[in-house]
Amino acid sequence: MIAENDHNENIRIGVYVCHCGSNIASVVDCVAVAEYAGTLPGVVISRDQGYTCSEPGQNQIKNDIGEFELNRIVVASCSPRLHEATFRQCVSQAGLNSYLLEMANIREQCSWVHGGNAQEATSKAMNLVRSAVARVSLLQAREETEVPIRRSTLVIGGGVAGIQAALDLADAGYRVVLVEKQPSIGGIMARLDKTFPTMDCSI
Amino acid sequence: MTDAGRHPNITLLTMSEVKELTGVVGNFHVRILKRARYVKEKECTACGDCVEVCPVIIPDEFNMGLSSRRAIYSPFPQAVPGAFAVDINQCLGHSPVICGKCVEACKKRCIDFDMNDEELEFDVGTIIVATGMDAYDPTILDEYGYTRYENVVTSMELERLVNAGGPTAGEVIRLTDGKVPKSVSFIQCVGSRSQRRGRPYCSNICCMNTVKSTILLKEHYPDIEIKVFYLDIRAFGKGFEDLFRRSRGKGVRYIRGLPGTIKQDPATHDLILTVENTATNELDTHRTQMVVLAVGVEPPADMKAIQEMLALQTTADGFYLEAHPKLQPVDSASRGIFFAGCAEGPKDIKESVTQASAAAARAMRLMNPGVLTVEAITAEVDPERCTSCGVCARVCPYNAISVDRATKLPAKVTEAACAGCGTCAAECPEDAIVMNHFTDAQIEAQIDAILENDAAGKILVFACNWCSYAGADFAGVSRLRYPSNTRLVRTMCSGRVHAKFIWRAFEKGAPVVLVSGCHIGDCHYINANHWTERRVKRVWNRMGKLGLRTERLGLEWISAAEGVRFQQVMERMEQIRKSVTPEEIAETVRIIKKISEQKQG
Repeated sequence: MIAENDHNENIRIGVYVCHCGSNIASVVDCVAVAEYAGTLPGVVISRDQGYTCSEPGQNQIKNDIGEFELNRIVVASCSPRLHEATFRQCVSQAGLNSYLLEMANIREQCSWVHGGNAQEATSKAMNLVRSAVARVSLLQAREETEVPIRRSTLVIGGGVAGIQAALDLADAGYRVVLVEKQPSIGGIMARLDKTFPTMDCSI
Repeated sequence: MTDAGRHPNITLLTMSEVKELTGVVGNFHVRILKRARYVKEKECTACGDCVEVCPVIIPDEFNMGLSSRRAIYSPFPQAVPGAFAVDINQCLGHSPVICGKCVEACKKRCIDFDMNDEELEFDVGTIIVATGMDAYDPTILDEYGYTRYENVVTSMELERLVNAGGPTAGEVIRLTDGKVPKSVSFIQCVGSRSQRRGRPYCSNICCMNTVKSTILLKEHYPDIEIKVFYLDIRAFGKGFEDLFRRSRGKGVRYIRGLPGTIKQDPATHDLILTVENTATNELDTHRTQMVVLAVGVEPPADMKAIQEMLALQTTADGFYLEAHPKLQPVDSASRGIFFAGCAEGPKDIKESVTQASAAAARAMRLMNPGVLTVEAITAEVDPERCTSCGVCARVCPYNAISVDRATKLPAKVTEAACAGCGTCAAECPEDAIVMNHFTDAQIEAQIDAILENDAAGKILVFACNWCSYAGADFAGVSRLRYPSNTRLVRTMCSGRVHAKFIWRAFEKGAPVVLVSGCHIGDCHYINANHWTERRVKRVWNRMGKLGLRTERLGLEWISAAEGVRFQQVMERMEQIRKSVTPEEIAETVRIIKKISEQKQG
């Protein structure tokens, strides 16, 4: 049977609002966002921090997970495409499943694009945190699986870059398939006479 | 080059092209077409007996058409593999009646016209894309007279002329009279740094290539007069400034300003350049015996096929888009695919080699542990609800779901093959598929939270992780302003966006909803966004029938590099949002509520 959300689970959320130096804080009122986050359902602790991705920032999260028995974390900072991996690692080091994390993108999709209106940006940041808190409450622990990876590489193109990559890999013991559409490898480089800055032969 | 040809770990396939690529990181399956060489690669000793008897004479593309070759040929003396090849499109044929002279001439009997194109298949863990560049074709720039004046050549043609292995054995000559020119003028930025024609970017290599060529020319012919017409000389790399100084020290004149026109003196075939010298603000004319156009670098014309096969994206300049311009410059957005050399942007040899080694190291880093951790974002079937209808199996881009309709057993997901796009969960008519980490409940909670207060003021956007969400991030990195009432809900793929999410948003009072994803053909889940398109069309249809304005539901493809496009789309959505009245929203809510009540009833 599918694991439905365990309604008996006592959701305890920690919210961390990052200033990112002045990247976020110069537009968004991070203190107000953190205060607002504290009022949301399930939120046990909310803080604003200078740099959440920094070591002190991450340590704060780890400490709080222990101290407040947090089981869900929301980081309101940059794009998850940048730092989701960082914070997943952070929460898992504190013993929490890394999938119990959600990020609210209040930098790339808020402070950096709504610089002209601090008030609207702050209210958007609050709303993004609100949405992240709603989502994180329903997230479930997930276990990552490991699959075998073949120790071989396809290199498409036999110019100087393709040749170099193929040789590096082959020398390190990996199998390489080097595909070139011309009758010879060498590419543009093979047509050049001397090459800068050493002024030596290209081939 | 020879190292690559004889390395025991390298399977070198020339005259070959990738035809099909399936699978995911760790286990890509590739189908390669190896065209017939008609010469036995391992046996040919490159003696050249065959070439002497071949009657076909055609321009030699390796020498930029400055010399000729035969239909059986080796592209250049140091070619790897060294074996000759038959250009079958030019060959007269091997029937003794017509020709077949080479077959007779080859004493080792290496020529085999019975050879066929082969299809080879390989399984690989990672891929490095090193598809290179094309040199800019200056034909369109008529003012430089490349097509009209024979003594105007490109920098690539000069490379062959000055090369000891080239058509003139290293003698730089004018094509009109075969004499060494007494004066040569270089024109920089041909096809580069132009907003009107050619390419807007700096091609990175042409300045130093010209500096190099001037030194070579001065070494070959100390009395030759050389002028270089330029916009800026970009000698930014290690040792570059030194080389530039050497060039000037040898008497090469660098003149700031590009010629407006080039005319030919019909008597001497000399060329007359009219140039505004921007350092002195004077209009000068220069007479020269030969002009070299320092042509820029372009993405190769045939890169589209590979791009589509690997679902890679390009930046506005046409080169491949890296996962991050500073922190992951050789990674693509797709795990296990890396870039080396000019595929990612114009580069000189040193940079290409550096990047190639980096790409190799990134690939090794992934492969070395022998196992790969896969994100746990996979689909799961609820066997109680599944009716074995088979829709999920049909829409899955990875064939990761199997359903046996005959036995009526519930659908089964092969977790290792599931990439997590969520299309199956969005298409399942029974809601029997849970997309882990992007469940219906989780996404609906976000929709509800966003629309909880002032729904009428919001623009709700579903954005796929790889393209449109990344495009929004790129708009942020570029500090492009757009309406602050936009709210993004991220899914891995637009294929995950269930029609019921859209209806729910409208029911909660959303004035407008946008579904956005990768461009068709660029989807990170092969073709899952085709299903997105079909689904949105279905919703439009239904909206039309219910009397709802269909333009309130947008469908846009926005790539990771299209920050500007993201901004424009948001502004357009805001215009549409403003046109939606509170009455219209109330009516929409009433209609949808009524339908859901009827359903429940």
